[in-house]
Amino acid sequence: MRHHRIAALAAAAATLAALAACTEEPADDAADGGPIEVLATDDACDVAVSEAAAGTVTFQVKNEGAKVTEFYVYADGNRVMGEVENITPGLTRELVVELPAAEYETACKPGMTGDGIRAAFTVTGEAASLSEDEALQAAVASYKEYVANQSAALVEQTGLFTEAVKAGDIDGAKALYPVARTYWERIEPVAEIFGDLDPKVDAREDDFAAGPADPAFTGFHKLEYDLWITGDVSASGPIADQLTADVQEVVARAEAEELSPLQLANGAKELLDEIATSKITGEEDRYSHTDLWDFAANLEGSEAAIASMRPVLEERDPDLVAALDERFAAAWDALEAHRTDDGWRFHDELTQEELGALSDAINALGEEVSKVAAVVAQ
Amino acid sequence: MKRRHAIGLGAAGIAGAGAGLAASRLLPEPAAHAADPAAEAIEFYGAHQAGIVTPAQDRLHFAAFDVITSDREELVELLKAWTAAAARMCGGDYAGPGGAVGGDVYAPPAATGPAPGRPATRRPLTIGFGPSLFQDADGADRFGIAAKRPDALTELPGFPLDDLDPAISGGDLCIQACANDPQIAVHAVRNLARIGFGTVSIRWSQLGFGRTSSTSQAQATPRNLMGFKDGTANLKAEDGDLLDEHLWVGDGDGADWLAGGSYLVSRRIRMMVETWDRTSLTEQEAIFGRDKSEGAPLSGGGEFDEPDFDAERDGAPAIPMNAHVRLAHPSSNDGARLLRRGYSFVDGSDDLGRLDAGLFFIAYQRDPATGFIPVQQALAKSDVLNEYIKHTSSALFACPPGVADGSDWWGRALFS
Repeated sequence: MRHHRIAALAAAAATLAALAACTEEPADDAADGGPIEVLATDDACDVAVSEAAAGTVTFQVKNEGAKVTEFYVYADGNRVMGEVENITPGLTRELVVELPAAEYETACKPGMTGDGIRAAFTVTGEAASLSEDEALQAAVASYKEYVANQSAALVEQTGLFTEAVKAGDIDGAKALYPVARTYWERIEPVAEIFGDLDPKVDAREDDFAAGPADPAFTGFHKLEYDLWITGDVSASGPIADQLTADVQEVVARAEAEELSPLQLANGAKELLDEIATSKITGEEDRYSHTDLWDFAANLEGSEAAIASMRPVLEERDPDLVAALDERFAAAWDALEAHRTDDGWRFHDELTQEELGALSDAINALGEEVSKVAAVVAQ
Repeated sequence: MKRRHAIGLGAAGIAGAGAGLAASRLLPEPAAHAADPAAEAIEFYGAHQAGIVTPAQDRLHFAAFDVITSDREELVELLKAWTAAAARMCGGDYAGPGGAVGGDVYAPPAATGPAPGRPATRRPLTIGFGPSLFQDADGADRFGIAAKRPDALTELPGFPLDDLDPAISGGDLCIQACANDPQIAVHAVRNLARIGFGTVSIRWSQLGFGRTSSTSQAQATPRNLMGFKDGTANLKAEDGDLLDEHLWVGDGDGADWLAGGSYLVSRRIRMMVETWDRTSLTEQEAIFGRDKSEGAPLSGGGEFDEPDFDAERDGAPAIPMNAHVRLAHPSSNDGARLLRRGYSFVDGSDDLGRLDAGLFFIAYQRDPATGFIPVQQALAKSDVLNEYIKHTSSALFACPPGVADGSDWWGRALFS
């Protein structure tokens, strides 16, 4: 399997070999007098100016709220142009992003969930028009940036989670578990490229002959078992350390990995398949029942992969883009019904009818997303 | 964690992302399976829908759907897409162009199956509209068609001894897919369900085998799982005027869009086969009112001789007063005639080890108020068979008339 993959990736790389490197434009934020200040609170997101010149734009995001926040710049269709994650209260972080002339939206996400507090942001100047091949390469570059952002947060949040486990802070670890997994689940198809690491991080008890007691059972779900089932993490330290190390290795390898547009398309579909087979059934997080956190993260990850390809898809199949937008919105509508103050309802609180409605929405979305690969492969 | 190893990011490029990217293999479409006599000449287009008087094929997949959109236009688009797919499948073709393997290799196949090499057989598909499509439980007009709901299209009344499971009863739409190959029938429903994702959701579905009725004189009367020939007096394709009188909704029946259509009643009738099997032959025959070997009425003659309900044997009615054939017979029900198109089912065994088996009863008629309802009221009250059966699901659908041609679609008259 791995052999085939390498061969295929080499072929993919050859296809893209003729493509020029991503167009670099001169840093130009000085035109507006330096970084654009963003003041984020729990219910506001004040961006100092609402327009900028095309080129490199720098945002300086200060979190004065009580919740951890994120800051995003979205292009049409929720395509993430740039994001900075995990801005803890009191912290200031910078986002440097390359923006061609277009209409955008800025967003703060206090609590790191939902659509965020949005505002229009206009970039004017020379609009760079990309060739189809450049557009495909830009899609991959955009998605890789997404993966890089998620990876950084994954390492950080997994670190906090495993530290809580090692400190014996069961309540703290339980609260951090679905948060850390969010970053994993958003980019899971990338992590899954590494067939040796994926099971160490994310295997479940039924992957092992001896079940939960199997010494090979490591990763998130082993710690989930310790936290929710035995309630005893006194011997979980080595598992926690191993998870930290495994996640760091996944991230390091992901950074070096070349991706193809086809992989993005299939990854977007695979994330929805994940929802359909293991989140809706509640088998992914069977001890904690935090499946809807994973569900949301899979959906976000799928949407991000599709969004990165949006310019290509709009060029080649605008009807499909319209259908994707509609079905993603419907899936979010179905899921949003289960949002709570601090995340999502637990899987075992949902009725069969509610799960059926979620399943219908994912099936409808999955059918459309399954058409993307053939379009990008044209 | 990844549990499948076929597709996904890691393996996405297996087929090669290089030169062959745009290649799509075009394989010939499967031809209809000529050797199968029942596969021939099922006409999808016509005054009436296929799958009603069409000689009953051996296998069934029946599915009831809930409409999950509130957008009338989306529903109409689905009905058009379903009609197009059904027309193709009825003719022995795949549900979509390219079929199971002939499309773009990077796209999911347009049809779920059957696999190449498996003979494509013709499969009549029949659609029906349930009362809940017109009005929801609160009486709200869901798609602007409430005013077109005929009076007869209302929930069936409760019958004595009913043991209905709401989860496998009712539905906004139904699809009856028949074929001589079980895979073909299943793929038909699977394809339509897939086309409908986001617009409809399968509410319940039922597999059936071994048709229990004949809908043409060319067919022998089959046996149900109790071992009896049942439904000998069924309406049949050759019955001419009787069909207009008892089967097809007429022009003046109150719903113009339904003229040429028919009402479909479905009942999942569980049989308690274990106790039935230890019932004496004499009692079994007395319960049905027919002899088990030939299917002849107990009043004498052969299978197709009319039962003589006045005949006596040893001072008692030859056909007992509460025998199934007497209670169900048109002469006991103001001449009510049904076109029955049921199938046997075995859904494995229940948690007591009893066979979960029986009859998936389907009957078509011009008006349930003079058809199924009075007959079932009589049967539920007196039929001795009730000791061995249990009705576990129930549904009523109005099946629109046939599709005229390629520009027509299921329900056009209802939604225009």
